[in-house]
Amino acid sequence: MKGWVIGIDVGSLTTDAVIMDEDKRVLSFSIVDTGYNSTDAAREAMTVAAGRAGLELEDVSRLVATGYGRAAVPEANKRVTEIACHAAGAVYLFPDTEMVIDIGGQDSKVIKVGKDGRVQDFVMNDKCAAGTGRFLEVMSAKLKIPLDGMGDISISARGEAAISSVCTVFAESEVVSLVARNCPKEEIVKGIHRSVVNRVWAMTRQLRVSGGVTMTGGVAKNRGVVALMEERVGRRINVPDEPQIVGALGAALFALREK
Amino acid sequence: MSIAPEIRYRFMKDIGAPLVMGMAGLKGKRKAAIKRDIPLGPPLKCSKRLKEIMTRHYFLSRYAEGARPVAWVTSGAPVELLRAFDFYTVYPENHGALCGAQKLGPELCSIAEGHGYNQDLCSYARIDIGVCLSGKTPVGRLPRPDILFASNNICQTVMYWYRVLAHHWKIPLMVFDTPFNFVSLDRSAITYMVRQFEEMIPELERISGRKFSEKKFKEVLRLGKSSAMAWGEVLATMKTVPSPMTIFDAFVHLAPIVSLRGLPVTLEYYNVLLSELKDRVSKGIGAIVNERKRLMWDNIAIWYKIRDFSRLFAERGMNFVTATYTNAWAETISYMDERNPMESLAKAYSLVILNNNLDHRLKLMERLIKEYQVDGLVIHSARSCKPYSVGQYDLKRLLMERLAVPSVVIEADITDFRAYSEEQTTTRLEAFFENIEDGG
Repeated sequence: MKGWVIGIDVGSLTTDAVIMDEDKRVLSFSIVDTGYNSTDAAREAMTVAAGRAGLELEDVSRLVATGYGRAAVPEANKRVTEIACHAAGAVYLFPDTEMVIDIGGQDSKVIKVGKDGRVQDFVMNDKCAAGTGRFLEVMSAKLKIPLDGMGDISISARGEAAISSVCTVFAESEVVSLVARNCPKEEIVKGIHRSVVNRVWAMTRQLRVSGGVTMTGGVAKNRGVVALMEERVGRRINVPDEPQIVGALGAALFALREK
Repeated sequence: MSIAPEIRYRFMKDIGAPLVMGMAGLKGKRKAAIKRDIPLGPPLKCSKRLKEIMTRHYFLSRYAEGARPVAWVTSGAPVELLRAFDFYTVYPENHGALCGAQKLGPELCSIAEGHGYNQDLCSYARIDIGVCLSGKTPVGRLPRPDILFASNNICQTVMYWYRVLAHHWKIPLMVFDTPFNFVSLDRSAITYMVRQFEEMIPELERISGRKFSEKKFKEVLRLGKSSAMAWGEVLATMKTVPSPMTIFDAFVHLAPIVSLRGLPVTLEYYNVLLSELKDRVSKGIGAIVNERKRLMWDNIAIWYKIRDFSRLFAERGMNFVTATYTNAWAETISYMDERNPMESLAKAYSLVILNNNLDHRLKLMERLIKEYQVDGLVIHSARSCKPYSVGQYDLKRLLMERLAVPSVVIEADITDFRAYSEEQTTTRLEAFFENIEDGG
């Protein structure tokens, strides 16, 4: 097969690759831990994805890299920011998208997208892990609840603990004292989710919600966060089956565009 | 004043300073020969003269102590009044910027922090307090002030900061209080400010040991106004495509109008700079080699990133051609009028951008965007400067709605680079570049 491309997103936690053919069909994807060496992680993600699609990596016609480690992919034909990639990926999956909420490992961003899939404006969190995946990760370790189990637990909560959305480290000590006071786990988890949503909502509000809203990034897998976010924005939110690979998907679309 | 410091000051002024300036000039030459930036156009010839002026100013300041009355002044204070008494003035904010550009911010700030000053305090204030407590400064030494002169037209922080200085130096603090301009300036506000000037004069006579001379005061006003107008003309040359200067140049060439306002040297310097720029315009020489996009900057400079940013943007054919910051010294000082000195001085200083309402700022930005043919806006949200940074997201949204100008906010600080994240800023700027290129 000829003309296939790879989009690769080297993030702080995971590195994701998407292989796409000329007709914009996704052939395969992969998600690997970024670990210490981004270049190795990128190569691994690409090799795994190529293997799944039954392709030889050297036959790739074009490669676009995105994410914080985009400079660590020496073979990339082009580098595009994750802002443009998440926008392109979200519009590809949900054409009604006008707003993208991406909550990733170490940053969260809200992107306003035009009808043509182009970025109109964006807001990102700054120098603080509150409101990001890292916040949830720290809390899941503290509460000894697996990260992917947090969403389901919070859905069953009847009440909700109040947790600050200002600082991950301080919020962690708040959680410790809640645990000490025998606050039910599910209520703490719901409070944690609320804290993330409040932080992201502050950014979302700046851009004014309109049209379809799509959530991307690993945190979109958390049903609890999505439900609270929907409550905040006052509408149903599109959630992709694989929200983590939307950045890589967008990168693949850029690779096709440039061909 | 005793005789010895007077003689020493005169000697340094006439013989010592020219010598030091000569050396500073030589150093500049050596550097210029080694480094030539490719995406940037030819450097301004004037820069050498600017360096001489500023080196001389700081060099002489250390001999001013005892020879002339010395004042430490905030950037927005009506210094013209002090000039009438022949004060030697030092601007801690200008000195802070200088420390910031030399990447000394965190080191000097942490001295103040060690004495209990919070990291959330303005970094100009922390640097200055750090300098007072340690005596460390890249300019050798700052003269001990006889008086502190502050105006709250730029922020409220200066009130607390200068009170700390007054306590430290055990000297008087003179405050010019400017009512905030919510809609328009009324008569009572003007009277209130003029009365303050009237009260200041006998105090300044006492502290300086000199009589107030109205003639000299009017001459200073005339010089100050002419310099501000010349600075305005300097900035206006950047309306030309390609622009003969970048805003990064302007940030540096701003120093005389900030700290030597009302002195003949400032007017003389801006006339020289202006003629160089006009010459460039007539020859079609641009400040960057390939000017494709024109940008506007909002807020104070990120002093430690000036060099990096000027290259980063020039490499992409993007040139900053205007800034609300550099414009501030051309905007209201021209209201000064020697025929109505006190009242015009009150207007000139109370209507400055940071003492004025947000609607004024929006209109100003709209005007600059149109006049300078701006394609995009970079908004610096400065951790130090709250009055300048508040409202920026609203301004950003309104400018996008009204003029469809793409913009980006970068969070940083004026001098304390511990509050700056390279990786996060790069991502934001690259997304902005994609956006602006996409727009055609």
